[in-house]
Amino acid sequence: MATFEHGSVKIEVDEDGFMAEPENWNQDVALALASTEGVGAMTESHWKVANYLRDYYKQFGIAPMIRKLCKETGFSLKEIYDLYPSGPAKGACKVAGLPKPTGCV
Amino acid sequence: MADKLPPTPKLDELEKGPWPSFVSEIKMAAKSSLASQDLLGLLERSYNEKIGHWKHGGIVGVLGYGGGVIGRYCDLPAEFPNVSHFHTVRVNQPAGWYYKTDALRKICDIWEKRGSGLTNMHGSTGDIILLGTRTDELEPIFAELTAIGFDLGGSGSDVRTPSCCLGKSRCEWACYDTMALTHDLTQSFQDELHRPAFPYKFKFKMSGCPNDCVASVARADISIIGTWRDNIRVNQDAVLEYTKNGLNIQKEVIAFCPGKCMEWDGKQLDIDNSTCRRCMHCINVMPKALRPGKDTGATVLIGSKAPIIEGALLSSVLIPFWKPVAPYTDLKDLMGRIWEIWCEEGKNRERIGEFIQRMGMGNFLETIGVEPIPEMVAHPRENPYVFYEEYLVEDDEEEGQDKN
Repeated sequence: MATFEHGSVKIEVDEDGFMAEPENWNQDVALALASTEGVGAMTESHWKVANYLRDYYKQFGIAPMIRKLCKETGFSLKEIYDLYPSGPAKGACKVAGLPKPTGCV
Repeated sequence: MADKLPPTPKLDELEKGPWPSFVSEIKMAAKSSLASQDLLGLLERSYNEKIGHWKHGGIVGVLGYGGGVIGRYCDLPAEFPNVSHFHTVRVNQPAGWYYKTDALRKICDIWEKRGSGLTNMHGSTGDIILLGTRTDELEPIFAELTAIGFDLGGSGSDVRTPSCCLGKSRCEWACYDTMALTHDLTQSFQDELHRPAFPYKFKFKMSGCPNDCVASVARADISIIGTWRDNIRVNQDAVLEYTKNGLNIQKEVIAFCPGKCMEWDGKQLDIDNSTCRRCMHCINVMPKALRPGKDTGATVLIGSKAPIIEGALLSSVLIPFWKPVAPYTDLKDLMGRIWEIWCEEGKNRERIGEFIQRMGMGNFLETIGVEPIPEMVAHPRENPYVFYEEYLVEDDEEEGQDKN
């Protein structure tokens, strides 16, 4: 487990930079994590995606499928990548403070 | 560096015998790569402890892409620091795996500089697999690969890098141009390839003839296998020549014919093409005498997969005969309809074959707008608990009504 520091933010992260303790997430943490994922500034659209992921995670304990994310936020997959260049799983989920989504190679 | 090689008595066993050995290859790479040295040590340790030391599921990648790099971390980073990160990079191979040595040298130069130097040419996906690098090397690797004309391949829940046999470039049996179709699908589905948005992986594999050299029927979600719909071309003189050279046609050809469609009277080989299963066996045994017909195309099959989460499936027929003509719009439109229903209704990590089983082939065909036809049935129903009489009676009644 590594420690990630950015400004006044200091959090524990895993080797891929995802939060080890998602309950410690707040907006400052999101801004700090965004800086590692090629996100210039967190606009309203960025927050819309991050907040949706956050709410879904709180309710169901996992990240939503990508199609659902697009549908519910109204953004196309291309727009999601425009907002989060490293993609919904690596970029958006990390900024939203979700633990690392499990996936298959 | 070579003298730092860790002792590896168990791995050394794998160098014995007449076969190529991955251990010898890693040792060769270890002469100039610290990561390969640690890899040997880690693997020996795994063999001793009977435990794998790779953690599952890292999420790493390059900006703009959701796939192409598979994150790998070792759970003993303090003891094996040079393989603490050991990510795999998938690189889209050229269709048919044709390279100039110059291109291979450039890839290897990049990988020796920025990775472990170990490659897998090619992985079962068909991609060039570059094994073992660190997170901070990924963007430079991507930049350098694209500069020499290569792109990342698919990984995760996306269209995997389409792959094909070498087709018409070298094989006389190829019934359609597999390389052209593979190249076209790769270009057309760039978004689907690089930005995972499906329930699970989706593979296209193109084989030029029923010999199916890329084994598409066993592992591709869409298998496109060359075939013909006219008659096998027979050169009777060449058939006789084979018998003169000692071939027992009855035993080695006819006995293996699954359609039992051949007869041999000692002078002439007769083929009843209407019952031919297009299995290629006779053609493979007598390549100088028999050839596929001239009206060639492909059979499109759907749904095979290797066993990972559930059991293995073979592909089943979706389009019995398809003429692949660029730009292949009919096939791409069909893919769009298939993905639409699968993405909407598919469960997480449910392959299309499993999805069809869950949903029922009839419902699936109706949704994608394809008429059910007899060629799609692999085998008649044999369930003893289905009483056919009921269906027969209904049919009789319907017929009776029609007569009235």
